[in-house]
Amino acid sequence: VATLTRTASAARPLAAPGKLQREQVFWAYVFLLPWIVGLVVFVTGPILFSLGLSFFNYTLGREADFVGFDNWIKAFTQDDLFWPTVLRTFAYTAFVVPLSVFGALLTAILLNQRLRGTTIYRTLFFMPHLAPTVAAIYIWLWLLNPQYGLVNELIFQIGYHLTGTGFKGPGWFGDPSFALPALMLVALWAAVGGNMMVIFLAGLQGIPHELYEAASIDGATAADRFWHVTIPMISPTLFFNSVLACIIAFQTFEVPFIGTRGGPAYATWLYGLHIYQTSFQFFDMGYGATLAWILFIALSFFTFLQFRSFRNWVFYAGEERG
Amino acid sequence: MTHGTATLSRRVAASRASRSRRQLAPWLVRRFGLHALAILLAIVLMLPFYWAVISSLKQVTEVRQIPLVWWPRVPQWGNYAEVWNVRFFPGWVWNSIFLTVVATTGTVVSSSMAGYAFARFRFPGKNLLFTITLATLMLPAYVLLIPNFMLFWKLGWLNTYLPLTVPFWFGQAFFIFLFRQFFMTVPIELDEAARIDGASYPRIFWSIMLPLSGPAFATAAIIEGINQWNSFLRPLIVLNQPETYPLSVGLRYFVVNPGDNLPKDHLLMAAAVIMTVPVILVFFIGQRSFVRGVVMSGIKG
Repeated sequence: VATLTRTASAARPLAAPGKLQREQVFWAYVFLLPWIVGLVVFVTGPILFSLGLSFFNYTLGREADFVGFDNWIKAFTQDDLFWPTVLRTFAYTAFVVPLSVFGALLTAILLNQRLRGTTIYRTLFFMPHLAPTVAAIYIWLWLLNPQYGLVNELIFQIGYHLTGTGFKGPGWFGDPSFALPALMLVALWAAVGGNMMVIFLAGLQGIPHELYEAASIDGATAADRFWHVTIPMISPTLFFNSVLACIIAFQTFEVPFIGTRGGPAYATWLYGLHIYQTSFQFFDMGYGATLAWILFIALSFFTFLQFRSFRNWVFYAGEERG
Repeated sequence: MTHGTATLSRRVAASRASRSRRQLAPWLVRRFGLHALAILLAIVLMLPFYWAVISSLKQVTEVRQIPLVWWPRVPQWGNYAEVWNVRFFPGWVWNSIFLTVVATTGTVVSSSMAGYAFARFRFPGKNLLFTITLATLMLPAYVLLIPNFMLFWKLGWLNTYLPLTVPFWFGQAFFIFLFRQFFMTVPIELDEAARIDGASYPRIFWSIMLPLSGPAFATAAIIEGINQWNSFLRPLIVLNQPETYPLSVGLRYFVVNPGDNLPKDHLLMAAAVIMTVPVILVFFIGQRSFVRGVVMSGIKG
């Protein structure tokens, strides 16, 4: 961010200060007017408003009562769903983020091998990311249908060919212990060839080929080259993708909402669903705003930690080091 | 240092030469393996699409047949006509198109204006405003959703298309950033020459920036168009009349549509295919600018 703002201020003025400068300022604000209005009315205003709202007991259409920190205390101590939901969301994030980031990196490495037909492969790999989430969920519900689904039939067939009896596939979205893995499966399917992969691919293409050749000559194996050339050279991109993947994973809503309604037995009740139910089904806006702010603070803290660790493992090729 | 580099490049050249002779066979095996891997991955990732399309063309009797039917005996194109005749369905498609076009146009127009201001003007408060703009990229949607919902409620906008269109005419941080990045690659000498010829700033924006930034506009329109077409949560909380739903919300309604007790999976798959096809078509038309936009916003972010 700091670098960006520095470049922003470095843009040259078109003329000497004075009348021209004033004219520039005037037009700058004219062009920015919609965004400034939007920022105040739809972004910064609402953020502050929802922080204030978290100190009120307010149900849509009723009187608002100031209750101090009651909503915040309620979340941490009285809401029976809160901690299980938080842990579940963390567990989901802890699996989905590394799997999808490394999956996308491996796919990008595969596409970076200068294979014939790379453009076709890239397009095919990208398709799942393009599929509208809503449509993809219905397709996956059908694929993972315990009785008539393609996936369980394939599992059965594999078992049949191996042992002669056929394996019984899990109940997926209908089974409390397999519902969350099923959600992860859908997320992974969409992620391994998606935006992250495209960004990784661009990063990989920026690594000078000589580095790999020099490493090979020095006797580095493929694994050495991956850990000591690819990973350091790609680390800024890896960092960017991981931060973004965490932000997205924490907010997962559509797949569990449409696919399972948070069930069975709350197995897929992620944080987003908790906020949704509180705010838009019970219309308990005060508590909903509190839950949303807890997410906001947790995400900011988490992102801050990631930026803190950033210096230790992210390497910039152009960087001077003492 | 120069000595080291020379040695290195000699060694690299030597390794290239040796590969062409001694290592040809392993090299071929490796290529073959990589292609096999890529094809396998492509099959796994494409299988859900294949299964959706094939299921959408099955007869009622084939839908839940075991062993599975990999290819319908007679493809039932009539399933698509049947879906189209489901109550509200054509309306949902038109609602989606309308909302997508209006909101996307708004985003592109307002964000490109702000992007132009950040790329080209010097004005007090610029760094602060730009930092705030970037910071909003990190905001979780839920923090804004609740107060925005209350605002729409106060304004009497619930159950109208206003909450789904009007806010998008006030810019979005991601696209402002995208446009700024593109505009900064346009040589500033062009602006200066136009200034000397007496062109106003809006004129420069319209006659220089716009024509030179076709790919930027294509990228933004494709990304935002797909986002809008897929948008689910906002319309879900704002609308409650089935006939006003966009396709994303309508699809859900379609599943619980009772009627007789026959399986409806093939019809649901046809509806999912109908929703997916326009996105893939748009992507194919604009693939180049789309990928470039993703890379540009990602790498420089």
